[in-house]
Amino acid sequence: MTFSPELEARFEKLLKSYPEGRESSALVPMLLYAQDEIGAVTPELVEEVARRLRLTPAAVESVVSYYSMLRKHPVGKYHIQICTNISCQLTGGEELFEHACRKLGIGNREVTPDGLFSIEEVECLGACSWAPAIEVNYDYHHKVTPEALDRLIDSLRKLH
Amino acid sequence: MSKLVRLEIDGKPVEVPAGTLVINAAKTVGIEIPAFCYYDGLTLQGACRMCLVEVEKSPKLVTACTLAAAEGMVVRTQTPQVVQARKAMLEFLLTNHPLDCPVCDKGGECELQDLTFRYGLGESRFLETKVHVPEKQWSAVVYYDAPRCILCYRCVRICKEGMGVSALAVVSRAVDSEIAPNMGDHLYCDECGMCIDICPVGALTSQDYRYQTRPWEMKHVGTICTHCADGCTTTLGVYNNRVIRGNNHDRTGLNGEFLCVKGRYAHDFIAHSERLKCPLMRVDGKLVEVSWSQALAEVAARFGGIRSRGGKFGVIGSTRTTNEENWYLQKFAREGLGTGNIDHHRSGDVISLLSALKGRADALAATSDLYERKAALVIGSDLAQQHPLVAFQLRANWRHHESHIYTVTRGPVREDAYSRLRVRAEAGRELAAAKSLRQALQAEPELLILFGDCVRGAAVHELVEFGDSLGIPVRYICLVDYVNSRGAMDMGLTPGLLPGYQPAAAPGLDLAGMLAAADLDALWVVGANPLKNAALAAERAFVVVQDLFLTETAARADIVLPAACAYEKTGTVTNVCGEVQRLSRAVTTMGAKPDLEIFRSLAARMGLDLGEPETDRVYAEMRRQLPVPAAGEAARGVVASAGDTLFTSGTLGRYCGVLRNVREAPGGLYQ
Ligand code: SF4
Ligand code: SF4
Ligand code: SF4
Ligand code: FES
Ligand code: FES
Repeated sequence: MTFSPELEARFEKLLKSYPEGRESSALVPMLLYAQDEIGAVTPELVEEVARRLRLTPAAVESVVSYYSMLRKHPVGKYHIQICTNISCQLTGGEELFEHACRKLGIGNREVTPDGLFSIEEVECLGACSWAPAIEVNYDYHHKVTPEALDRLIDSLRKLH
Repeated sequence: MSKLVRLEIDGKPVEVPAGTLVINAAKTVGIEIPAFCYYDGLTLQGACRMCLVEVEKSPKLVTACTLAAAEGMVVRTQTPQVVQARKAMLEFLLTNHPLDCPVCDKGGECELQDLTFRYGLGESRFLETKVHVPEKQWSAVVYYDAPRCILCYRCVRICKEGMGVSALAVVSRAVDSEIAPNMGDHLYCDECGMCIDICPVGALTSQDYRYQTRPWEMKHVGTICTHCADGCTTTLGVYNNRVIRGNNHDRTGLNGEFLCVKGRYAHDFIAHSERLKCPLMRVDGKLVEVSWSQALAEVAARFGGIRSRGGKFGVIGSTRTTNEENWYLQKFAREGLGTGNIDHHRSGDVISLLSALKGRADALAATSDLYERKAALVIGSDLAQQHPLVAFQLRANWRHHESHIYTVTRGPVREDAYSRLRVRAEAGRELAAAKSLRQALQAEPELLILFGDCVRGAAVHELVEFGDSLGIPVRYICLVDYVNSRGAMDMGLTPGLLPGYQPAAAPGLDLAGMLAAADLDALWVVGANPLKNAALAAERAFVVVQDLFLTETAARADIVLPAACAYEKTGTVTNVCGEVQRLSRAVTTMGAKPDLEIFRSLAARMGLDLGEPETDRVYAEMRRQLPVPAAGEAARGVVASAGDTLFTSGTLGRYCGVLRNVREAPGGLYQ
């Protein structure tokens, strides 16, 4: 399996960041970075990372299946993660989630046919002070109203 | 010895070496701290929280299985808070645990049952429907029942750390977490069953034993595994004269709880449908069933006739019969039949090793050395395949003591993963390759050298010279194939050597010589299958075979006598390190007789008085003074390992259904 030179460089740096013999600690960041590039944690990626870290694929699979942010299926170009945990729920997170689903015509963990958007209902994003919070890819948006969400989605769509 | 620390557990003063875990420190004063995930010899997991205790000055309860005892520590294991924590942990483990106990294999020997009995709540407050997942079959021997699993990681760790296989992992999280095999839906592994054995509950079960009986209905018979030469004790579970499981969970024997697939499962040959249960005699070219007395009378008469006219005998002994049987057989051959033509299939050159050591008994390694010596050099063996216990002990030594392993093999072996240096050598170049490690080996404080059949004859002498030249204490293990390969040599089943490696007055023919002698009048084969790959030159020879099955050799016989297997008799066998261990009879097969009984009946019918087997005397003498056979003795005959893997066991292996069924398993040497 081949990766972009940037990703390879990142891996190289990562592998040097841990004490000798503990290189397998690079597992989670490696998977995350690779997921960003490939779109999902594919079986080939599992094999490849296992080979590089001298782990068994089963051990890698064990970690992949544990972390919800490691995904086996590709998400949209803009992955909208809407928090419905307690603080956000009290401030309209659930309505926001339903609104997003209606607007995009997809359900939880689904992708729009054009591959641009996907939605995921998530647990606390650690942004309770600014609830309801959402995260689009790695960007946070605070105190999001349905209208603000509409504007965000429209502006993203315009980029394409 | 590390320094001692003093602490207090439940008011009792305790003194233990620094670094001792509190859970073990408590044991020294008879206090039990309940545990699931903690397991002696494996890495710490801290997964089950069953071992929580109160430690003074610690704000929260602490897991005793991960806490090292420290000077002045005050531990309490019986406070209301601890008692409550245990109840809560068990209640939690039982939320989705099925009420399978009445049919679960583990019922009666289940750690979850035991701890619930002792520390549980007594009543369930849980009314919701339990999460159920169907049972899965992962291989011909391993089954997994997820709802029973308490996620203690013991199976994951024993497979990774103990076996070096890493076939298991935990997947998913929360209520969906379960153990998953390396191939997604099935296993590709050693099929050792160690994971099943170590599982505290009935989540992992084995093909042979599942739903067969209750543990307390079995008779448990500790005996020696009949397959490879490592000499593991396997405790056979016997129900209605049938062996239904093998394990060694009670850690009797030099293998502790280790067993490979053969010691654990390959007992099904006992009840194989092709097992011989009646003597056979050739009548008009065909083998027909006859009575024991008829068969024995015929053998005695024919042997007697050939002996009185000075005919030529050949006797081939076994690597699976007992020392007593081997002793008796050689005596029968030499004194009763007057022949020196006696041999067996030799798979390692023990004779050359003894002759090279010149009586230095302390240069012979014991099984315990595998776990204790600081360095080991493995020459020409794929240990994980050919000597599973040896491989397991060397790996444990490396894990626990960071011992240094060096390998010289013709292909990849499992030890490569943790060996300090590894050299690939073409067949025949192993010794030279081993010598290339001189510098590294010299720096070791001590060394264990294990060598396979590629080092034989003069090469063994050369190896010992090399070992001596290192200037450090060196001990040797000559790797041989089967349960009593070593004993067959010790007891004189060789043309030139009597029991205890004493020179024979008139050395006879070796195995190949007997098969090639066109003028042989009689061939007597006991528990061996020499005609599998070779022809018998003497077409008219009278052939008698004692065996469990109608092997290629038995099919050529004039008389076939059905023999009992090692699990059906008593006696002693000698393992690869020369340790003599006792067999116990677990079951009997109607119609088959132990070889010793057959020998005695024949001797009686031939009017021979051969006395009682003197194996104890032979071993006592060998211990008093290690014999030094003449260097030339080893040259008599051939030394070649049969090259069995984890999933073969000579001719016997063909009748072990379980070994043939584990298709998922890798097998094969040097892969
Ligand atoms: S049976 Fe297979 S999975 Fe279980 S411990 Fe042995 S090698 Fe590992
Ligand atoms: S299968 Fe058994 S040994 Fe493995 S984690 Fe579950 S309970 Fe523990
Ligand atoms: S290692 Fe050898 S003696 Fe031990 S169980 Fe396996 S075959 Fe039997
Ligand atoms: S509950 Fe939504 S960010 Fe914390
Ligand atoms: S035994 Fe201590 S956490 Fe499991």
